[in-house]
Amino acid sequence: MKIQEADAKSLLVAQGLPVPRWEVAHTVHEARAATQRFLTSGASAVVIKAQVLVGGRGKAGGVKLAAGPDEAERVAAAILGMDIKGITVRKVLVAPAADIAREFYMSAVLDRAAGRILLMGSAEGGVEIEQVAADHPEAIIRRHADPLLGLLDYQAREFAFEMGLGGHLKAAVAIAKGLVRTMLAYDADLVEINPLAIVREADATGAIVERLVCLDAKVTLDDSALPRHPELEALRDPDEEDPADREAREAGLTFIKLDGTIGCMVNGAGLAMTTMDLVKRAGGEPANFLDIGGGARSDRVAEAMRIILADPKVNAILVNIFGGITRGDEVARGLIEARSVQTRDVPMVVRIVGTNAAEAATLLEQARFATATSLDDAAAKAVAASLGATA
Amino acid sequence: MSILVGPETRLVVQGVTGREGDFHSRAMQAYGTAIVAGVTPGKGGQTALDGTVPVYDTVAEAIRETGANTSCIFVPAGGAPDAVMEAAAAGIATIFCITEGIPALDMIPAVEMVARAGARLVGANCPGATSPGSAKVGIIPGSIHREGRVGVVSRSGTLTYEAVQAMTDAGVGQSTCIGIGGDPIIGTTFLDILKLFAADDATDAIVLIGEIGGAAEETAAAWAAEHLADIPKVAFIAGRTAPEGKRMGHAGAIISGGAGTAASKVAALEAAGFRVAGSPTELPALLRDAGYRG
Repeated sequence: MKIQEADAKSLLVAQGLPVPRWEVAHTVHEARAATQRFLTSGASAVVIKAQVLVGGRGKAGGVKLAAGPDEAERVAAAILGMDIKGITVRKVLVAPAADIAREFYMSAVLDRAAGRILLMGSAEGGVEIEQVAADHPEAIIRRHADPLLGLLDYQAREFAFEMGLGGHLKAAVAIAKGLVRTMLAYDADLVEINPLAIVREADATGAIVERLVCLDAKVTLDDSALPRHPELEALRDPDEEDPADREAREAGLTFIKLDGTIGCMVNGAGLAMTTMDLVKRAGGEPANFLDIGGGARSDRVAEAMRIILADPKVNAILVNIFGGITRGDEVARGLIEARSVQTRDVPMVVRIVGTNAAEAATLLEQARFATATSLDDAAAKAVAASLGATA
Repeated sequence: MSILVGPETRLVVQGVTGREGDFHSRAMQAYGTAIVAGVTPGKGGQTALDGTVPVYDTVAEAIRETGANTSCIFVPAGGAPDAVMEAAAAGIATIFCITEGIPALDMIPAVEMVARAGARLVGANCPGATSPGSAKVGIIPGSIHREGRVGVVSRSGTLTYEAVQAMTDAGVGQSTCIGIGGDPIIGTTFLDILKLFAADDATDAIVLIGEIGGAAEETAAAWAAEHLADIPKVAFIAGRTAPEGKRMGHAGAIISGGAGTAASKVAALEAAGFRVAGSPTELPALLRDAGYRG
């Protein structure tokens, strides 16, 4: 699950990381008021940043400076309501503009191939790390946390020196360890600071000092771990989640809406992708990816059917179940139950093989469902039904 | 011989008294797998599977009493990593973890502890393995298999069944079929399995079933090009039509920044001498094209 920058920053602050102040504004008025507060407390300007979960908001014009309340109002008016990659901006983050001396990149990420937490850093901050990795792979510093002990102090020190942060050693070590701690505390897949910056600030006496701070934050959470972090569920942004996706998630289904006309209901992610591939190969367009998961009972199947049918573009449905941990008769019962209450009738091709397939076949036959034996055959029949519906 | 499971398998089922544990243990027994013990903490002294299998409180006790050498885990996600570590520490050689939905970070210490114990973990979130005609461990339906000499390895569960059924229907039998699991952190990779197949005198050909995301298929392909040059190799990659940036159910199945695409995997596999199928049903014909005569 992706979370907004402001929420990511809150998690970092809770783990003791240095993040400059910010406020979230939903209206032009709130943006102006926040700007006034920051200017009154010594800032010379503010930065106003669109809060969206898609990348590239800077390039899209979603990040701008404002020197005074009037300009902040104009900037906020331009950003709020802006469309960034299909997402409407509904809130902005307002923060004092930083006087940046130097920018870095630092992140903690789950390294799947190594099976460890990987700390990555680069002295080239503020740019896309993927670009740095492609152009100058040697410019990325890497350290794996110990699988049992986590990131050790000496590793964090080595890492900080290699990044050229020897002048801010204590802060750099604290941030490196803090990123790994944040990851573990919230079961994150990624905790990324870009840029991590040395900024110039006035201290209590008015003298200018340099400080290492996290100017941006990106955190993605492991969906599998959310059940044990109920407080993080509140960070899910309803503005950026499709209602169908939410219903599916709450029903324990994995659902991704696509643009086609053939609704797919499959058990297992790999088979669901394959079913989509074969629909396309047979000349059709899948309307969705839908994995009912392992061991689905009839009520989950009925809910899946309801979600598929809620998409008005769907004019044919392909059900492909290869029973293992899922039992075919449970799925058949769910399909029969769903059909008895559904308000819209579309042609459906059902293929159920594997565990309890014989019982499923009997149930489907009694209920007069159209069935198929092979996957290629099922895909072809569903595509024919869909084309027939549009003709 | 076959790999990982076979006539030598003496299985302990962790979580045998649960709904899934009971259901699939019966199927394993019916297939002929020697289930020698079950483990459910607090139910030691009872029996499971209609009185045929003794239940112990700990894996260590199960090994002491029955000589179990392989474990199959049906413990819920919250306790599964601990069950893996318990099995490894007690001395189980091969651990299959079927449980899905385990938080990724929980698997980091579990995989490490398995490595330190010198054990092998398959999964988590995997369907297990079957050596047709001798034993099956996990949840792969026994009915889809046929005895033969093709080694099958897959990241998926149900897609594996689809592919194996297509092979069996075409008269192409299998030496061992293994699902390695779709989670981000797993104990055994494609490469690990290819190495085992390469050393297995019962395996004459390879079927690799991958999917989008990560680079495990590419890594395995590079090794196969060098070490499995002379045997028939075919592959299927799921997710050719998946949109970029979306997590397609499996945490591993996500294309990001152009890496891990079906196109890059197909190219790597073909460069390594694999024939890549457009549908799982084409796998047996491609095996024959590649020279397999089993």
